[in-house]
Amino acid sequence: MSVAIAPEIRSTRLTSWQLLMTNRLAAAGLFVLVAILLLAALAPWLPLPNPNITDQPNRLHPPFSPGHLLGTDHLGRDILSRLLWGTRVSILVGLSATAIAAFFGSLIGLVAGYTGGRVDDVMMRLIDMLMAFPYILLALAIVAVLGPGLLNALYAIALVNIPFFARNIRGVTLSIRHREFVDAARLSGKGHTAVLFTEVLPNVLPVIVITMSTTVGWMILETAGLSFLGLGAQPPQADLGSMLGQGRAQLFTAPHVSMIPGLMIFALVMSINLLGDGVRDVLDPRLRSGALNRPMPVTSIEREREQPAERPGAALLEVDGLETGFRSGRSLTLAVKGVSFRLDRGECLGLIGESGSGKSVTALSLLGLVASPPGVIRNGAVYLGGRDVLAQSEQQIIAQRGARVAYVFQDPLTTLHPLYRVADQIAEAITAHNALGASEAHARAVALMETVGIRNARERASAYPHELSGGQRQRIGIAMALANDPDVIVADEPTTALDVTVQARILDLLRTLRRERGLALLLITHDFGVVAQVCDRVAVMKDGEIVEQGDTRAVLDAPRHDYTRRLIACVPELGQGRRFLDNVRPLFAPQRQETEA
Amino acid sequence: MTAYIIKRLLTAIPVIIGLSVIVFLIMAMIPGDPALAILGSYATPENVERINRDLGLDRPLPEQYLIWITNLLQGDFGRSYILNRPVIDEVLERLGATMILAGTALVLCSIFGILAGVVSAVRQFGWTDRVVTFFVLIGISMPAFWLGLIFILLFAVQWRILPASGMYAVYGGGDLSDLIRHLILPAATLAIVATGVVARLTRAAMLEVLRQDFVRTARAKGLDERAVVYRHALRAALVSIIPVIGVQAGFVLGGSVYIETVFQWPGLGAMLVKAVSTRDLLLVQGGVLVAAALYVLVNLAADVAQAMLDPRLKS
Repeated sequence: MSVAIAPEIRSTRLTSWQLLMTNRLAAAGLFVLVAILLLAALAPWLPLPNPNITDQPNRLHPPFSPGHLLGTDHLGRDILSRLLWGTRVSILVGLSATAIAAFFGSLIGLVAGYTGGRVDDVMMRLIDMLMAFPYILLALAIVAVLGPGLLNALYAIALVNIPFFARNIRGVTLSIRHREFVDAARLSGKGHTAVLFTEVLPNVLPVIVITMSTTVGWMILETAGLSFLGLGAQPPQADLGSMLGQGRAQLFTAPHVSMIPGLMIFALVMSINLLGDGVRDVLDPRLRSGALNRPMPVTSIEREREQPAERPGAALLEVDGLETGFRSGRSLTLAVKGVSFRLDRGECLGLIGESGSGKSVTALSLLGLVASPPGVIRNGAVYLGGRDVLAQSEQQIIAQRGARVAYVFQDPLTTLHPLYRVADQIAEAITAHNALGASEAHARAVALMETVGIRNARERASAYPHELSGGQRQRIGIAMALANDPDVIVADEPTTALDVTVQARILDLLRTLRRERGLALLLITHDFGVVAQVCDRVAVMKDGEIVEQGDTRAVLDAPRHDYTRRLIACVPELGQGRRFLDNVRPLFAPQRQETEA
Repeated sequence: MTAYIIKRLLTAIPVIIGLSVIVFLIMAMIPGDPALAILGSYATPENVERINRDLGLDRPLPEQYLIWITNLLQGDFGRSYILNRPVIDEVLERLGATMILAGTALVLCSIFGILAGVVSAVRQFGWTDRVVTFFVLIGISMPAFWLGLIFILLFAVQWRILPASGMYAVYGGGDLSDLIRHLILPAATLAIVATGVVARLTRAAMLEVLRQDFVRTARAKGLDERAVVYRHALRAALVSIIPVIGVQAGFVLGGSVYIETVFQWPGLGAMLVKAVSTRDLLLVQGGVLVAAALYVLVNLAADVAQAMLDPRLKS
């Protein structure tokens, strides 16, 4: 379900061009670039003095002199005229260098990526070697051999940028060379060359163009640099770099002679980069979807309905009418639609449903852990000990994380920090809520590791997560959750990433801990087998809503909702064999017809 | 750790051999008689004969390479006929000045680049982020040689607070404070241009890491935002930032060519520019090789630093 916040649906779909123009910097870049290009293109027809005619008596006039808008240089030549002609040369050289580098680099990348194997190995080794040079130095060596000159500088800059293109293009080619359409073309009898240029190249072309747009600014800077050093354009020919280089001799007496061409290089490259960044932002789908946004400390809470901040006499945890969604552009897609449940002290509630049913989002919403943006809690309340968590300040919510409600997550390999020793990670959870010395916290961490059944805890304490087995890692996750004796533990698919025997042991551990410590456990799973083993009560979630709730036994014996029946049927029993599929099939048949219809 | 360092050192050997082959091949591209090109206006018949004999220029290419590389390994980089001294002496004399300049710039651009990138990521889409992003773009688009000239105009001509050129004052200088005064402008110019790339990649790395599961775990533990960002996210992001700094070493070494010319800093870069314009080919070859080897070593150090930060890389 999508809730449109904006009145007009049409305005949510901007074209790429509109998006680019809403980025003011990119629009400014485009404007400046077009202006420079126009001026440079029109230079031959503008009423300008000849850029190469020297006029010794009128040398080093300052800007805004009569007849010379930008003044004259050390030989009395008109700077404005030289600037526009020089810009033409610089742009032309930069574009040519980019085109040459793109052509040869892409060719190498295409062939290496498409052929693969040893050809690829050898070519990429060579490219790596070239990239092991600081490349301006490589360009200098090439110019040294060929001799100074604008063309030689162009070749040198193009050559040292070939590896960059080759690398990028090879990567993309490699990723599509075994796609279906390429295989199909090959099977239809096309030769390799034909496949490469008619099937692969068109799909790689956008990457080539993007790489060109990001490098052309560089190329202009680099060729200007070589000219500045006197190794590029030779007099009387001038590009922006050589104007700057020659003007340097008058830096103290007439700074405008060198400052003006420098400013032009800067404006040119900056406008190209602004535009390039804008185009890249528009084309990158990850930026559009907000997948690269930085998550806030607490999910943003924008409740539409008021909720009483306290509920006297409530259970340990009561969730009331929770609605959480994800914002995309101006619309909000709800993943949790009015979920309510309660959890008493020492009780275990199973929250069950298939992936995408909203159970994890429900669990993460309790303490505002849903990544936001794009996550938004739109309605509902979470009463913890009778007080609404969602009505509290950010600091208060953070203070309750781990202390009153602790989490155990699904995949312990990605949820533990890869670069810290496991005992330090547990100790950190302790010191987050207790003023404790480092050694004391460490001792407690080791004790917790023993509690969750890690053998040789003292030795294991200094291990990194990747050095432990999956089961051990999950025990560390549980130890971390236990660190502050919380009232509630939320275990989000704690055994899904583990194999079956380890799974049984972890469930055992959770059961024992619950009994010994009187913990309340909210267990999230898609597996009714797990629920049957551990939970007192169960809530079944489907499409963001709880469709059935009750005592585990009662629900298992007499499921009321179709969906519950299907979930239960999905748990295979030992010795059931072929009958399992026969049992399950009829339950899904009607739905399949629905989707086909 | 030691085993890892040794392993990485061994992999650097083929890279350095490859570098030498490339430099050798570039030098073999010389149009016309290489002996004449190397000697330039010093091409007397005796000199031509001597250099043909020394470098084995009359033999086939592979053999030439072997002779050349054997000489290099013995520290014989040939002779600069224009400076009339062995190439290796000139290169080593100037290497120190370049290392001071490039090293300082590298340290500065790492510190400021990482700081700017982190702040920018943490305040994504806020004003700080926009300002940082804008300055990053300026840095990336700025011709380093032009920025150097602007700094000279401002700090040396207008306000007269810093020297415009050289590494030490001609009279009465020579101590550390004199060196630092001379270092500020060139190092700052070089660092400003290099900071942009570091800041940009740091921002991207931070945004990537901040969405990882283990950052959510850190939040679920009840850590405050400062600990989440700096202790957890930045630490993980550094693993991918370190290699970027290695690459920046190459950028800074290359940029020193311009900066040393603008500020008349007596380093390898300025030497190379002079050598290229006088076509002192053996000097160019020696300078490029030594700078490239330095770059390989810095990247090696970056690899080792990365492995020290990330225990997963060592195994």
